[in-house]
Amino acid sequence: MHSLDFDISHSLAGGLVLISFMMLYQDRLYSLLNVFALHAVTLSLAVTWQAFIQDAPHLYVTAAIALVFKAIIIPVALHRIIRQLGIHRDIETAVGIGPTMLAGMGLVALSMVLMLRVTAEADALAREDLAFALSVVLLGLLVMVTRRNAVSQVVGFMSLENGLVLAATGAKGMPLVVEISVAFSILIAFIVIGIFLFRIRERFDSVDVAALDESRGERR
Amino acid sequence: MLTAVAAQLVCVAALLGIAVLAVALSRAKAATALVYGATLIVCALALIGALRALLAGTGADEIVLPIGLPWLGAHFRLDALAAFFLAVVNLGGAIASLYALGYGRHEHAPQRVLPFFPAFLAGMNLVVLADDAFSYLLCWEFMSLASWALVMTHHREPGNARAGYVYLLMASFGTLALLLAFGLLAGPAGDYGFAAIRAMPHAPGEATMVLILMLLGAGSKAGLVPLHVWLPLAHPAAPSHVSALMSGVMTKVAVYGFIRVVFDLLGPPNWTASVLVLSLGGVTAVMGILYALLEKDLKRLLAYSTIENIGIIFVCLGLALAFQANNQTLAASLALTAALFHVFNHSLFKSLLFFGAGAVLVSTGARDMDKLGGLIHRMPVTSVVFLIGCVAIAALPPFNGFVSEWLMFQAVLLSPSLPQWGLKIMVPAIGALLALAAALAAACFVKAYGVSFLSRPRSEAAANAQEVDHFSLAAMVILASLCLFAGIFPGLVIDALSPVTQQILDSRLGAQSHLPWLSIIPIAERRGSYNGLLVLVFIAISASLGYLAIRRFSSHAVRRGPAWGCGFSDAVPQAQYSPDSFAQPLRRVFGTLLFAAREHVEMPPPGSVKPARFSVEIHDLVWETLYGRIAGAVDTASKRLDRWQLLTIRGYLSLVFATLVTLLLVLAIWS
Repeated sequence: MHSLDFDISHSLAGGLVLISFMMLYQDRLYSLLNVFALHAVTLSLAVTWQAFIQDAPHLYVTAAIALVFKAIIIPVALHRIIRQLGIHRDIETAVGIGPTMLAGMGLVALSMVLMLRVTAEADALAREDLAFALSVVLLGLLVMVTRRNAVSQVVGFMSLENGLVLAATGAKGMPLVVEISVAFSILIAFIVIGIFLFRIRERFDSVDVAALDESRGERR
Repeated sequence: MLTAVAAQLVCVAALLGIAVLAVALSRAKAATALVYGATLIVCALALIGALRALLAGTGADEIVLPIGLPWLGAHFRLDALAAFFLAVVNLGGAIASLYALGYGRHEHAPQRVLPFFPAFLAGMNLVVLADDAFSYLLCWEFMSLASWALVMTHHREPGNARAGYVYLLMASFGTLALLLAFGLLAGPAGDYGFAAIRAMPHAPGEATMVLILMLLGAGSKAGLVPLHVWLPLAHPAAPSHVSALMSGVMTKVAVYGFIRVVFDLLGPPNWTASVLVLSLGGVTAVMGILYALLEKDLKRLLAYSTIENIGIIFVCLGLALAFQANNQTLAASLALTAALFHVFNHSLFKSLLFFGAGAVLVSTGARDMDKLGGLIHRMPVTSVVFLIGCVAIAALPPFNGFVSEWLMFQAVLLSPSLPQWGLKIMVPAIGALLALAAALAAACFVKAYGVSFLSRPRSEAAANAQEVDHFSLAAMVILASLCLFAGIFPGLVIDALSPVTQQILDSRLGAQSHLPWLSIIPIAERRGSYNGLLVLVFIAISASLGYLAIRRFSSHAVRRGPAWGCGFSDAVPQAQYSPDSFAQPLRRVFGTLLFAAREHVEMPPPGSVKPARFSVEIHDLVWETLYGRIAGAVDTASKRLDRWQLLTIRGYLSLVFATLVTLLLVLAIWS
């Protein structure tokens, strides 16, 4: 049995979950971005390892895409956006760190229980991978829900997508074209969201999404 | 050479082509004449094709077109049942087109009618031809939407927008029920071709569910109580020739759907199924005609009377189910023949009456009977044909309505041979309900005719009415003669229907048309026979004898003098019998219970010169209890859910997140 293969991919995927947890308690935007870059790097490592053990060269392309786009281009671009918007000193205060972390643990437990049960027939590697991937997706959603700043919601969305890529590479036989199209759709989403950020900012002098709600005439 | 079903499909394609042409031509002056003329020709051709298929009795003729679902295709089939209903649809369509050649000239916005009229006819043709569930539902929806567009023709008139809305709601509900019914019929294998459904055995519980769903789906389109609420709103809202089609023909397409599924696809029935159909039919017949009696809008009265006739047809179908469940196939074919005969008859006289109401509407601008009166002097031809329609729908000999109701009562009288005691007791009770409905229908049409056409004009418009154009008159005269024809030669119609009963029940009534003196003997001589010709001759002889006697023994001079005014010298026309006062005795008998009717008399104190006032309060209990509650529940639910419409962005995200986690939790706990 490839016990070493299993251990390494297990630890990489587990590292991804751990970094997702790190995102939960970052209250500075710059540090959040740094953690996100780390997340993407870990993802690309995990995908590279999958490519190696599955002997699937196209996964190297996926890993390269993850590294270039998510670990370099998007964090750098977001850095610039934050600098241009002048919000690098903002502090997130939506939901307390303690409850968020507890909720995150609950989500990871849930995805473990669920995935290990419903994929009883799949091989061990794919099972673990899927369980970790679901955890990453749920944690990404949790980031989106607990943040008020539009930039950090974007980061949450991107980390959610990382979980999807992890799941896709863990499952053998996912065609490359699917992964590339997912990567590009994420890039386009990022561009659209970036434009929106500036539009929101132009209009409301803030990227706090609460300003949007107020503009709809709602009281909070 | 085209096969019969292909020829019918070509006719349908032609109708759709006319619809497209009508869109292109909509602003042209000649569009009305062109579109209705073309529709008339195509419908007449389709009618000939359908009659040939019905009378030749060559069996089923199928065609599969490579459209629709890729693995299924679109199946169309022309068998005896479809041919009969195609004949009904296209006869109605052809005569409505003829009528509209004249009537359509008075339309203010012809572009709102012209494209949809041929499309509506095409939809009805397609429903009858469809041979798989997918095409059936698609064509059914097409038919509903086309008719909805026609209902919305005069959408700015008060009440019409609401009528369209209620119609749309009920139509989608009906289609939902049909969808579920076909889903059950197709079974887990999901084979939606009618041939496959027919070949499959159906479990009893499943068959009952399908029957109930068909009663909901086809019943809502046909107007079974309590699903009838849209019908008296929507049918009168459309232009009169469309009202005639909707009432006379579209309800029959719904009956076709019911017969096709329940008799043809579902296999041998259970006798308990018939109890439901019988009781719904009986209630529908009586309630429909009671509503009609209390109505004073002529077109709405006719729409309510349609509900009554649908009730009669469903009672016949219920009887056929009961007999078939007990393998009494001859009796079953008698009941089914009665149902189909009544379908044919109702399409004739209800179209005739709606045409008459349309003629009255054109020449007086009024539908309210309180504003009519005295039209017999100003519209003599319309009055005669409307009278024929009234007599026929009131089931008086020698017209066709009598024959079908007589056949139905013959079937009711066979009910003691049923083995189940429940049915033995129930069927005569339903028969009594039908007898009540028949008597009330006679009263209702005495009211409709008497108030509208007899008496003195109740408004300026009625006093200045003019006879309508020749196209409209021709259409009505044709229908009136067909009513008389089918009443005197019922044997021909019964024989034409025998391939249908042969196909569905594998049994037929004995051939009637070779019997001497045009008699009909459905079961046996001692059971009863009817001779329309004899009745006609008797009526003619006694009427001429009476006429001669009166002329012989009374003065020949015609004197015109003032009507006796009960001592009031200057009686206003409004003081005549009004539709409300005519219905008052019946309202007192039935209305207190069924309509929660209350009469209020407001008497001024002695010495006051204020007029006394009398008012009647009537509640539509079906609408108020059933639909009112449903509407209230929907209202409350939507108010509660309204808060979820306007969440913050994070609120929406949290909602998505919470839903996802909940679903995952459910999966984690249950799997």
